[in-house]
Amino acid sequence: MNTIAAPARPVPPARDPAWLGRVFWLGAGLVLLWPLFVATEFRPWVLFEPANVKISAQFIGSFFPPVLNPEFLLMVAKETWRTVAIATAGIVLALGVAVPLTLLSTRSLSISALPGRMARLPFVLRQAVRGLLIVLRSVPELVWALVFVRVVGLGPTAGVLAIALTYGGMLGKVYGEILESGEQQPTETLLRNGAGRLQAFFYGLLPGNAAELTSYTVYRWECAIRSSVVLGFVGAGGLGQQMDNSMKMFNGGEVATMLLVFIALVALADRTSGWLRRALG
Amino acid sequence: MQVTLAGVSARHPAARPGAQPALQPLTLSVQRGEQLAVIGPSGAGKTTLLHVLACAHRPLGGALGLDGVDPWRLPRRALQRLRGSLFLAPQVPPLPPRQRVVTAVLAARLPQMGLLSSLRSLFYPKDIPAAYEALARFDLADKLFDRVDRLSGGERQRVGLTRALLAPATLWLIDEPLSALDPTRAQQATAALVAGARARGATLVATLHQVDMALAHFPRIVGLRDGAMAFDLPAAEVTRERLAALYAQHEHELTGEAPAPLEDRPVPAPVPVMHCR
Amino acid sequence: MKDEAANLPYRLPPRVFDARCKACWFSLGLVALVVASFWSLDLQWGQFFSAEAARSMARFVGEFFPPDLSAPFLHKVLVGSVETMAMSLLGTLLAAALGLLLAVPASRLHEGDAAWARAPTRLVLNALRSIPELVWAALLLISAGLGPFAGTLALAFHTTGVLGRLFAEAIENAPAGPGFALRAQGVGPLRVLLFATLPQVLPQLVSYTLYRWENNIRAAAVLGVVGAGGLGQLLAFHMGLFHMNKTATLLGAMLLLVAAVDLLSYALRRRMMR
Repeated sequence: MNTIAAPARPVPPARDPAWLGRVFWLGAGLVLLWPLFVATEFRPWVLFEPANVKISAQFIGSFFPPVLNPEFLLMVAKETWRTVAIATAGIVLALGVAVPLTLLSTRSLSISALPGRMARLPFVLRQAVRGLLIVLRSVPELVWALVFVRVVGLGPTAGVLAIALTYGGMLGKVYGEILESGEQQPTETLLRNGAGRLQAFFYGLLPGNAAELTSYTVYRWECAIRSSVVLGFVGAGGLGQQMDNSMKMFNGGEVATMLLVFIALVALADRTSGWLRRALG
Repeated sequence: MQVTLAGVSARHPAARPGAQPALQPLTLSVQRGEQLAVIGPSGAGKTTLLHVLACAHRPLGGALGLDGVDPWRLPRRALQRLRGSLFLAPQVPPLPPRQRVVTAVLAARLPQMGLLSSLRSLFYPKDIPAAYEALARFDLADKLFDRVDRLSGGERQRVGLTRALLAPATLWLIDEPLSALDPTRAQQATAALVAGARARGATLVATLHQVDMALAHFPRIVGLRDGAMAFDLPAAEVTRERLAALYAQHEHELTGEAPAPLEDRPVPAPVPVMHCR
Repeated sequence: MKDEAANLPYRLPPRVFDARCKACWFSLGLVALVVASFWSLDLQWGQFFSAEAARSMARFVGEFFPPDLSAPFLHKVLVGSVETMAMSLLGTLLAAALGLLLAVPASRLHEGDAAWARAPTRLVLNALRSIPELVWAALLLISAGLGPFAGTLALAFHTTGVLGRLFAEAIENAPAGPGFALRAQGVGPLRVLLFATLPQVLPQLVSYTLYRWENNIRAAAVLGVVGAGGLGQLLAFHMGLFHMNKTATLLGAMLLLVAAVDLLSYALRRRMMR
């Protein structure tokens, strides 16, 4: 009898080929995780030791009720204003740092690049200015503040200068990106027709990118408010310094009030900056 | 699974609350194991019908019966169990792009897998041979461990159909299974679907734009036009005149290709990440 | 022939300040804010810009060089760097895990989802991320004691707020198709998340986490200033004693760490895009 043999069915694969890779990476991850726990002295059970629990409970308990007497609130309001003032002054000075550096480093104002490649010297100069911006940005503002506190003493000057330098670097970098990603043609045309670089900037680059530049600056202002609170912890004045003082005296009620005021301030600044950015379109 | 619709009307899944119903009161009865093709021009309400049958969309009026039970009257847990015995294959294959084909296909089995078993299956797919067998019926066996986004549109559509073969379902609801397939593949895919449904005794309801494929493989054809039933006939009795009347003003769909499948809701652009750094 | 002017009548330029224009009021307000800030702050410009100050700055900067590169001190710097790197890494990982856990209730998983927990969870996440890492560290020092543990927890808490919100937005914006098909089969929400939603958003989540790691290494470097260990603690210590050449080495180490993490994070993100 003729039986037509069934065509040989291919055999399904026995194992999942990705399995070994997954096991390896999982194992490697676990192996690398252990030293991390050791290096950071990660001992969560310490939080639950009876002595620590007692201290934590006491501290958290002292948060309620938050201190609300009028003279304290007045002081908090004054310090909040100081924080905002430090941030605003810092950003204004940062503009003074960022704008010249951006003008020096932006490719859009390069005259030697008009016919094709940028000449060597302008290129090196521009990269050098970019390097300066990177250095300004990479040093944390707290470090700048520590240094300035040594030079000019405690107080808002150190904070304003620290914010000015760090945020100058950040603003400079992003301004450069915004200018280079916008329309190049108006500026190029002006330069080709013999306009000076500053003229090309004011008549070409600035009008086209003003909205985005302003929007980003307003956003940075909001970040500067958070920074100036942090800088207060190293003596730059404002809400942060008061919080540091109250924490050192274990006065939970005052800390609670200031935390609430800070959260409200951040939310308000967030909303304001969002509204401003929407209004700018 | 036996399906009965009595005067069921429904809105399109994405329609605003005040909009006109996409499906006029419709009465339809499908026996266990029957195979049914729904044809009609675009906008006829075919997808809405499938979504109503899949209990994914509450009907506006009328009575829906699945195995004699109104699913919308059931308590939630019973409804979830009922859903486990039906399978819906949407027009756009519901496959996460970076997932592997084996995981995407075996996900059709989730209704019958316990929680622990499902979690284990994420790390090591359970029952690779079954996935392989099912894919082999659609000629995709060699793509078993490939990533979904490395497949072509037609291959992805066939992977979506393969899930039906693995689902523990007695009602298969397939929406436009052939839109990205060339005629040879379309023939193979339809044959595999029909044979698979017959082997499992599952009721098969498929919406199709390729009328000739519908007439060739399905014993019963339902024609929908503007949300109302135009006819409900055995395939042999569907004449050229009836088809012309059904597709009046949409002749290009009768002769040409199927319209491109509707995308999901357009994916919003990723939020620009603005951090204080 | 009609009598028509040869040129159109010219228009005067707009007034500088028009009482009806909202933008004018806004600009005025901005100028007022800036002036008030400078005036109320009592900044010591004289002190900063005097010749005396310039000389003392120059002397100060001169003390930075040569940086202290002696073997025992470099060893301490290495230990501090490892501690700082570990703090940033562990803090970010913990935050990713906690953030994912909180992102699920904080998002509307699909269009019919009632999402009762969405508003309260988002409030918690906002509170967590409003408080800067340094403030968290100062608070946590009381319970966790001095050292890198407090710093790690501080980074973890703050970053949980940030990542939780980003993850929730990514989950909400994920394409609905795969989840819809599974839900039509009666699969429960947890498994829909694991088999349909997360596989789609995972690359984005990892990218956000790597991006926050870049931020956290900078934060970890300075958390030590309040006593949370790492390079910051060494920095505050030596600056307090005016060991400027040691400070220079520490600053160099910080910059190197930051550059290394930036590079690693960029490379990993590029690799994922393949």
